[in-house]
Amino acid sequence: MGKFKKKVKTGESIPTSALPDIIFMLLFFFMVTTVLREQDILVDQKIPQATQLQKLQKKTLISYIYIGKPKNTGLYGSEPRVQANDVLISSPEIVQWVNQERDKLPEADRGLITISMKVDKEVKMGPISDVQTELRNADARRVLYASTGKVN
Amino acid sequence: MARSNSRGSQEVNAGSMADIAFLLLIFFLVTTTIASDKGILNILPPKQDPNVPPPDIKKNERNIFNVLINANNDLLVEGDYRRSAEGLDQDFKDFILNFGAPDEEATALYNSLPASLQAQAQRKADSSDDPGEAVISIKTNRGTNYDVFLEVFDLAKKAYFDIYAERVGLTTDEYRRLTGDSEATKALQDKGKEGIPMAISIAEPDKIGGN
Repeated sequence: MGKFKKKVKTGESIPTSALPDIIFMLLFFFMVTTVLREQDILVDQKIPQATQLQKLQKKTLISYIYIGKPKNTGLYGSEPRVQANDVLISSPEIVQWVNQERDKLPEADRGLITISMKVDKEVKMGPISDVQTELRNADARRVLYASTGKVN
Repeated sequence: MARSNSRGSQEVNAGSMADIAFLLLIFFLVTTTIASDKGILNILPPKQDPNVPPPDIKKNERNIFNVLINANNDLLVEGDYRRSAEGLDQDFKDFILNFGAPDEEATALYNSLPASLQAQAQRKADSSDDPGEAVISIKTNRGTNYDVFLEVFDLAKKAYFDIYAERVGLTTDEYRRLTGDSEATKALQDKGKEGIPMAISIAEPDKIGGN
């Protein structure tokens, strides 16, 4: 049989040279999966829960509209308001906003614009129905009721 | 080759690299939010022309499953009072799959369904004629809470997705996750839906309890 050379005993410390790589991997994961929030949300947002959630394939088609009680009740009152982009708007302005959002999309996709309605739990159906009427006027009829998953 | 490292290390000291990366990681953890664009998709009806009167659709009362939610968040399901929406998905399913008076097309549809779904057809005379005719109507007051409405809408969607999924032999979650990107998933999706349109109608809320 052949001769076996005894291994030279190395230091007993755990090699940590791979640690930065692992951390960098985590870092890249978070950098890729997260989006920097571009705008301040001016209204309360406690999103309701639901089970039958669907995810849209094309994120670019989605425009967000936020409905809820204003956070700054002193300035905006306590009735639910609608926020689009950075400002609170009133119902008649929604048509204009939808047209602006639609113009940002490539021509082929304009019919597929989807409005994600992020509505606070506390809001009543009245304001939501008003917004939906405006969306119908603007012919943006695909609506996504944003909601989070329910754990059964 | 194996013992080339016996020469001793001449690497740059990279011990603090982990710390720097950690700092960056924590910065991104704190400053970012995971965008959630999941939700329940709904297609609104087209805009109504005020000069044209709404089409007078004659639909048998038995083909419409009425759910009313009032400003106190109480439910009226087909004329019966309910305190909560629990179990409503089963009622929706029974209604859609009733096959009370199927015509030729619906009979063919019935024969194409798997046995587990066929067994759910109760053939009641006062429920829907066939899945193609069945409509679920949800009506609210202006004062109804949004989350109660969403719960009912969610259950109505669940009833349809349950049926679609069972038809193609998937679980409901798997069916809902089908994207329709590839030919195969698209075919599966269409096979589930075929002949059973998702007919959920949301009526304009009336002015009770709101502003």
